[in-house]
Amino acid sequence: MTVSKEQIIKWLEKSADVIQENKDYLTQLDAEIGDADHGVNMARGFKKVAEKLPSIADKDISNILKITGMTLISSVGGASGPLYGTFFMRAATPGNGKDVLDAIDLCAMFKGGVDGIVQRGRPNLRDKTMFDAWAPALDAMQAALSNGSDTLTIVKAGAAAIEQGMKNTIALQAKKGRASYLGERSIGHQDPGATSSFLIFKMLLEVLEAHQ
Amino acid sequence: MKKLINAVDEVVQDQLRGMSKAHPEITVKIDPNYVYRADAPNKKVALISGGGSGHEPMHGGFVGMGMLDGACPGQIFTSPTPDQMYECAKAVAADEGVLFIVKNYTGDVMNFETAIEMVHGDGIKVQNILIDDDVAVKDSLYTAGRRGVGTTVLVEKIVGAAAEAGYTLKQCADLARKAGRNGRSIGVALASCTVPAAGKPTFELADNEVEMGIGIHGEPGTERIKMKTVNEITQEMALRIIDDKAYTRTVREWDAEKGEWEEKSLTDPPLKSGDEVIAFVNSMGGTPVSELYAVYSKLADVCESKGIKIVRNLIGPYITALEMQGCSVTLLKTDEEILKLWDAPVSTPSLRWGA
Repeated sequence: MTVSKEQIIKWLEKSADVIQENKDYLTQLDAEIGDADHGVNMARGFKKVAEKLPSIADKDISNILKITGMTLISSVGGASGPLYGTFFMRAATPGNGKDVLDAIDLCAMFKGGVDGIVQRGRPNLRDKTMFDAWAPALDAMQAALSNGSDTLTIVKAGAAAIEQGMKNTIALQAKKGRASYLGERSIGHQDPGATSSFLIFKMLLEVLEAHQ
Repeated sequence: MKKLINAVDEVVQDQLRGMSKAHPEITVKIDPNYVYRADAPNKKVALISGGGSGHEPMHGGFVGMGMLDGACPGQIFTSPTPDQMYECAKAVAADEGVLFIVKNYTGDVMNFETAIEMVHGDGIKVQNILIDDDVAVKDSLYTAGRRGVGTTVLVEKIVGAAAEAGYTLKQCADLARKAGRNGRSIGVALASCTVPAAGKPTFELADNEVEMGIGIHGEPGTERIKMKTVNEITQEMALRIIDDKAYTRTVREWDAEKGEWEEKSLTDPPLKSGDEVIAFVNSMGGTPVSELYAVYSKLADVCESKGIKIVRNLIGPYITALEMQGCSVTLLKTDEEILKLWDAPVSTPSLRWGA
């Protein structure tokens, strides 16, 4: 099983929808330990992405992801803008000149994206950031890939791991971002960036499952 | 929520349009949003700052002769985006290069870092200086480090004068780093503020509580204390600044010559008896100037008792947090160079003297 360009576009559209649906939820999570703008900012950015998608549908996967990243960088603001923007821009490389991704490309796409988050945000594991969701997801996907699993199984493994990673942020004390100023008071709250990461990733699984 | 706004989504642009109409000497661009000084001399370092809106007059109100060349306002309490900074830099950059003055917040830092790489890619000489002066944050190991607050206003004035006087990019950056390292601030909140998009107060304080060490976006401080007299609160703020130990952290600066990131370990020396300072008492937006004078009165007494000489002062709402009730105190140790530049003429919508 491969992932087509149409599925990538569908994934981005559904990501915009799920962020819009969860705008208040994400903002509420951010109000607890941050500055109460994550949902608003992400919804603004992904709305712009959704508006742009029809006009770039004829481009290859790499360009679609690159333009998605640039759009997020210029419209989200806060820390999420550069982090998600860099994620999609770096995720773009393996799709260069392609309209279809195989399992290896797909893992390389997420590897590039997560490397981008690391380069921009310099997080450590257990800092209570989106990286705590993405790192286990990437590990799970790569493990599934080396077991010879198909694309759907790989994405399923990633989705389970990113959900667990997101939930694991609840117990962590924040060491990055505005939540870090709360010190121990940040414990007991789920990280908003890890949550939006999970929501977006889950949409990829839904797209692939719909095409079963 | 009661606010003088039209629609929540259009708050920033409505306010920028007003600025444009009120101050024809500065140019306001919408989408991407930035404010710049069109009359800057062609041969000087261009100074740009930016950050979330809601802190007015900072930064847009400080664009003009002797201070900033450009300002990039984000959404309320949200960092601006790199395309704003990039377009602003292109609008004001001369051969002497561009200095970004960045307050230490995760979002601001990342967006400016992205912008620096874009500006550098266009062949424009660029440098960044971080301002991180909030002594309410103790360590940089387990947090994102000290926040950039009151010292930012003073650094923009001082370095703005230096750029006007013909300092090179490196000299401006060295001066900004020096002034930044010698500035310390702390804030206090008596009541919260409401971000229009959120529609309700950012935090709640009981009638008899104040938050000591509040950040300019309502970030929590070090503790909630019982409401006290202005003398008691001011004394506590002043002592937290004066007794603050040396503060060391690693900052990431762009090397304009090599075109790469460089990590630097910087230490802020503590204040000591005999130091001369600029004292800055700032309203968070909801506290009247009259109360700031009561704060200043006690601040002057505490400084005197500690052998610290206030040689200049600035009192008023300059770096606000919407309508938050509260204030901040900043002490910036001066020397001959800093003092001369502080006194130099400045002509901006919100800071003006000698011109």
